[in-house]
Amino acid sequence: MPIADGVSFDLTVIWAFIIAFAVLVYVVLDGFDLGLGMLFAVEPEGHDRDVMMNSVAPVWDGNETWLVLGGGGLFAAFPLAYALILPALYVPIIVMLLALIFRGVAFEFRWKTKRWRPVWDLAFIGGSTMAAVAQGVALGGLLQGIDIDKAARSYSGGWWDWLTPFTLMVGLAVAVGYMLLGATWLVMKTEGRLQERMRGRAWLLGLATVAFMGVVSLWTPFLQDGYYSRWFGGWNIVLAAGVAAMVGLLALGMFRTLMVRHHDYWPFLCALGMFVLGFAGLGYSMYPYIVPVEVTIWEAAAPENSQIFMLVGAAVLIPIILSYTAYSYWVFRGKIDPNEGYH
Amino acid sequence: MFETADAVLLARIQFAFTVSFHFLFPAFTIGLASFLAVLNGLWLWTKDTKYLDLFRYWVKIFALAFAMGVVSGIVMSYQFGTNWSVFSDKAGPTIGAPMAYEVLSAFFLEAGFLGIMLFGRDRVGPTLHMIACLAVAVGTAISAFWILSVNSWMHTPAGFMIDPDTGQFLPTDFWQVIFNPSFPYRLAHTVTAAYLTTAFIVGGVAALHLLRHRHRRDRVSPATRTMFSMAMWMATIFAPVQIFLGDIHGLNTLEHQPAKVMAMEGHFESHPEGAPLYLFGLPNQAEQRLDYAIGIPKLSSLILKHDLNAPLAGLDTIPIEDQPPVAIVFWSFRVMVMLGFAMLGIGLWSAWSRWRGTLFDSPMLHRAALIMAPSGLVAVLAGWITTEVGRQPYTIYGYLRTADSAAPLDAAAVGSSLIAFVIVYFAVFGAGTYYIMRLMNRAPVVAEPRMKDHADGPIRTAGTTPAQQHKTRSIQPGE
Repeated sequence: MPIADGVSFDLTVIWAFIIAFAVLVYVVLDGFDLGLGMLFAVEPEGHDRDVMMNSVAPVWDGNETWLVLGGGGLFAAFPLAYALILPALYVPIIVMLLALIFRGVAFEFRWKTKRWRPVWDLAFIGGSTMAAVAQGVALGGLLQGIDIDKAARSYSGGWWDWLTPFTLMVGLAVAVGYMLLGATWLVMKTEGRLQERMRGRAWLLGLATVAFMGVVSLWTPFLQDGYYSRWFGGWNIVLAAGVAAMVGLLALGMFRTLMVRHHDYWPFLCALGMFVLGFAGLGYSMYPYIVPVEVTIWEAAAPENSQIFMLVGAAVLIPIILSYTAYSYWVFRGKIDPNEGYH
Repeated sequence: MFETADAVLLARIQFAFTVSFHFLFPAFTIGLASFLAVLNGLWLWTKDTKYLDLFRYWVKIFALAFAMGVVSGIVMSYQFGTNWSVFSDKAGPTIGAPMAYEVLSAFFLEAGFLGIMLFGRDRVGPTLHMIACLAVAVGTAISAFWILSVNSWMHTPAGFMIDPDTGQFLPTDFWQVIFNPSFPYRLAHTVTAAYLTTAFIVGGVAALHLLRHRHRRDRVSPATRTMFSMAMWMATIFAPVQIFLGDIHGLNTLEHQPAKVMAMEGHFESHPEGAPLYLFGLPNQAEQRLDYAIGIPKLSSLILKHDLNAPLAGLDTIPIEDQPPVAIVFWSFRVMVMLGFAMLGIGLWSAWSRWRGTLFDSPMLHRAALIMAPSGLVAVLAGWITTEVGRQPYTIYGYLRTADSAAPLDAAAVGSSLIAFVIVYFAVFGAGTYYIMRLMNRAPVVAEPRMKDHADGPIRTAGTTPAQQHKTRSIQPGE
């Protein structure tokens, strides 16, 4: 792959990492609360649903803000990529936005009505599911590449180009993975029969997630030439095998802590680890392209003075954000008390 | 070409629709967040339970409005890319940074502390809970700062150069970008509008319950009286301030966007010897004249130039393809101004009643306040339409036309997403508005002397709070 000569570790690379970090934090944080929303579907109406929703009610808003940072950061640091990618993935993004509306208001509306509660529960389930699938489809759409007109600096394809078997498969994979995060989160936050049910679900979802990660990993290298050489060219195959082994180890750890050791929080941490590895693998496939394999991060980057101006703020504010986010999770730590539930 | 034009029109309708809906929520929550912080502070300071009653009452409404603001705001943040990708590519290097600062300095602050504000009073203690309330209030204000800076830059762009190769707006001086010429005026005018919006909603709700009590001849709770009194103080103080701010904002607009002011005033013709203030008229842009015009001679010159005989240029000095749609701007401006003066009227009336000691016993005033409850929301929308439609036909005034800003999308794509947005917004935000109005329809509950938020039903979970942790759960005094 052509990597620009003499570029070692410049501002653009830092910004690429910041945006990737924001998206990763979004994926793991909103991932578990969207997954929890999907798991609503298989829980009977009533008390357990209240407990599930209350386990994320104080933090979901902060989780979702990372999506705004991912999008806003892309707009600010890589405006050309933002202008190329969003029209290309128009349908999945609009679907995601609409789904997030239903999901977000359900947190409030569900408690404001008895008669309509099943409707808002359905909005929560449907919104979470559609948002997760749409995000996976968008990811798949980006990975498989988009048609651009470089001279006109614009997207040149149609509004259904994203729709392929690969994108649908990634959409399904992301939804299943989010459900795994949601189930292990609930193992951590709940007790009793709800927790036991979630252990069983996490086990099945864990198997499915590993299978999906395998399929995506084997399929992706064949989408673009660059991906293939990244993973299977020369000694790179050792790296690929290493990543696969680490995912396997984390999966084993998750199954063992889930069912054998009956740990409460290790399954969630293992699932998070699998997501981080999968995400890093995707980044490794794409780098240094931001629109594979047409536009590199340097071609799409905002001018240096914009990058510096934003970096000053990001360097100060992101650590502060992480601190008070951690504090907020700390405040609401521990098991959800089912006795203090719905009166 | 026909299809392209169609897609642009649909994208414009979609943007206008989604931004109008979205703007109503922050317009309400900016003021409400501050009101809640003040109430919580007064409760901690005076230990008078009426403030806690009011906090609990309004925080439920706040949670609903805030959630709707968040989800409609996420749509806005992605719509720049989906529907206006050319604008995004060109303007991103300059306005992307302030928008990123909005996320980093405001959105996270609000979202991070909202959970503690809503659910955490028992968990973190009064001091940290107060800090959370302040963080949310400050977050909404910081958010207003950045987004109005970006919006103002699109009206009065500054501190940039245009890249000859890519056509991108490259920043040369971020200080000038952020503090562009119209920003201070727009910020002051919009934030004051948000405070007035909240004041009139709070005042209208209080007035409703005052009228009910009068009708039922039962005792008015101190909380309801305090609510009405605080809202009327806001109206008395901020309505005149707002009219003053609107005036200087208008003068600034005259300096930088004269075509907008010409459209607001309905001045199709230049007036070399003093321009009249048109009170009524039907703008006829095709014929370039104001039909059935009724005006007060020379008053427009007096307002805009502080001189009866000052000459004012009209739209005849602007090529017709560079003029904003006059009728929309002319009428939305009049709606805003009329509501502003009606607010001033309520403010003065309430001050007079207060002085006479009849603030809580004047059904006429209460009815007027009730009718005026949504006036802030309407005025804010009308003002927003005035300023945004007045910027047309440009997205970046004088530099980038709206028609040249849109994404290369099929009309079918923009059209179907527009239909989806309309259906979803009316269904979802319609339901939310209904729930908010139902909460407002109940009078504030008089508290039992307990601090726990969920003693009389928790905040946004109507009966459930995220649980206390067993081990660390502290026993409240009086439990």
